[in-house]
Amino acid sequence: MSNRFKSRYDDDINLFEGRWHLAQYAILMALLLAAPWLLGTYYLGELTAVLVWSLAGLGLMLISGHTGQVSLGHAAFMAIGAFTNLALMLRGWHFLPALLASAVTSGVIGAIISRPILRMSGIYLAIATLALSIIIEDVAIMAEPITGGVAGVFAPPIAMFGMEIDRYATPEAFYYLCLAVLVLVTLGYLNLLRSASGRSFLAVRDSEVSARALGVNVARAKTLSFSLSCAITGLAGALYAHLAQAVNYESFLVLISITLLLQIVIGGLGSVHGAFFGAIVVVLLPQLIAIASDYLDNTAGIQIAAYPGLDTALFALLILLMVIYEPRGLYGVWFKVRTWLQLFPLYRKGMFRRTRTYLKTERQR
Amino acid sequence: MSLLQVKDLSISFGGVKAVDGVSFTVEPGEVFTLVGPNGAGKSTIFNLISRLYEPGGGQILFDGQDITSLPAHKVAGLGIARTFQNIELFDHSSVLQNLLIGRHCRRNTRWFEELLFLPKVRRSEREHRLLVEEVIDFLDLAPYRDKLIAGLPYGVRKVVEIARALSSQPKLILLDEPASGLSVEETQNMAWWIEDMQKDLGLTVLMVEHDMSLVSRVSNRVLAVSEGRPLAMGSAADVQADPKVIEAYLGTEATS
Ligand SMILES: Nc1ncnc2c1ncn2[C@@H]1O[C@H](COP(=O)(O)OP(=O)(O)OP(=O)(O)O)[C@@H](O)[C@H]1O
Ligand SMILES: [Mg+2]
Repeated sequence: MSNRFKSRYDDDINLFEGRWHLAQYAILMALLLAAPWLLGTYYLGELTAVLVWSLAGLGLMLISGHTGQVSLGHAAFMAIGAFTNLALMLRGWHFLPALLASAVTSGVIGAIISRPILRMSGIYLAIATLALSIIIEDVAIMAEPITGGVAGVFAPPIAMFGMEIDRYATPEAFYYLCLAVLVLVTLGYLNLLRSASGRSFLAVRDSEVSARALGVNVARAKTLSFSLSCAITGLAGALYAHLAQAVNYESFLVLISITLLLQIVIGGLGSVHGAFFGAIVVVLLPQLIAIASDYLDNTAGIQIAAYPGLDTALFALLILLMVIYEPRGLYGVWFKVRTWLQLFPLYRKGMFRRTRTYLKTERQR
Repeated sequence: MSLLQVKDLSISFGGVKAVDGVSFTVEPGEVFTLVGPNGAGKSTIFNLISRLYEPGGGQILFDGQDITSLPAHKVAGLGIARTFQNIELFDHSSVLQNLLIGRHCRRNTRWFEELLFLPKVRRSEREHRLLVEEVIDFLDLAPYRDKLIAGLPYGVRKVVEIARALSSQPKLILLDEPASGLSVEETQNMAWWIEDMQKDLGLTVLMVEHDMSLVSRVSNRVLAVSEGRPLAMGSAADVQADPKVIEAYLGTEATS
């Protein structure tokens, strides 16, 4: 049980609401650290993919989930991060500075284009960011010295701590590397959310007029959020390049941008958990379908594999169900289960009935 | 010196002169009320003062400083806070979060310090919280502190919006129809709070309100406007008795 009384303001300021909460995350962290011993090589690779997509999802969550600006172009920033990292490493940079450079390059490019783009909203913003995603494919082909043109570039092994880290040769080391980056970014993200900048993002999302009237420089808040979002996504792109071992223009198609957006919607817009839950679904759903299809094939002789595109269709169905029944995504489901457990046996039916909200008539912009 | 001076302020929307040469001054410590029929331009005057609208002409001085072309986000820092006629709260955040956003104009930390949550940031968060708690006490919002706005009754939201405005430690607070939609009892409470803001907090209040009993009770001076133009100024009783004002209200059959 975690019914505790708050006695200091720090109870609300701290990342963890007390010992039990901290213990839960400590256990999760211990499990993640033990994963190389618990999982086989294949599933460790899948878990690494979950970490990388969680990172990319966190990036998009910042601008779309927490600042309310939709982006259909984030694959472009994954691409910028990936190519920056590989191009620098191939020119002799060490991995860490090259990783930092990925974040900085994506962040700076994001900041530069955010001003004109984030003046738009709604459908126009969606189209403008979608255009980014399309443009980057051409850029990736044309900027041959950096991107290797149509053929793309291979990821060199990462030399670090006196060893060579490679996704296949040393999967554990690569896993820990991704975990470390993800944990650091998540901590920074949570820190922002519990201070003034994070609050200004939420303010911009929920009401731009009152944000402005309360002293939030809306254009600046959007730029900061977009830029940080791009930087995080750039980091994810760099790690993805090493996960995939090779990238070219086809690695970051528009479809990736769309999948990323769907990922955070399924996971739960506006929650950090959502980015993680969404990544688990995106990475593991194809696995689940493969396992289910094997099972059906062996037991009933039904060959699902004969229907290509089934995982995409299931993914779409999941989103549809989510939007209709649980707009807060998997995070919403998890939140309910958690509350049910905490209150057991005091849970009342209808506790989560959606509360009536009041229409905003005559909104000024 | 007057706290707020509005000189010959005008704005038009596609040929409609919503505000047309309005001048008035608000003295420190007074409750100054704008009244007028629907569509008179009262909310527009508020939006001009908080710089959400670009005036077509005229001048706004606050505390002796010309703010006519100041960016909107700099107004709060000078000490002007406001509420909106159609409540504009951050619906997906808690009451506490809303009030903390009210502290934004008093922030003293940069984003990269916040990213690392330096001790300085923690200190500043504690200070913000302390001030917000004072506002929560002042407006009796403690039972709602951790509740989401989306689930709160209308009357409470009105109070939360005032609390958010107070959290920025303003000198001047603009209240756009604080009592609209409130029950008799809630209106009574609102009157007390407005009096307390004036007496205990030493705030200057500029208010738009239709409820004349509330207006008479709390206002030091009242300005009646109609069709964007000033009609009459004086005590609540004087303005209500003014033939031009009576005519303006009858002409539009507005609520009183
Ligand atoms: N953004 C805008 N665009 C176009 N017209 C506007 C805008 N804002 C206000 N107006 C017009 O200006 C006039 C004054 O509106 P305003 O909202 O200031 O009236 P009000 O006195 O606050 O009325 P109420 O008592 O109904 O709130 C109205 O005719 C309104 O339609
Ligand atoms: Mg109005």
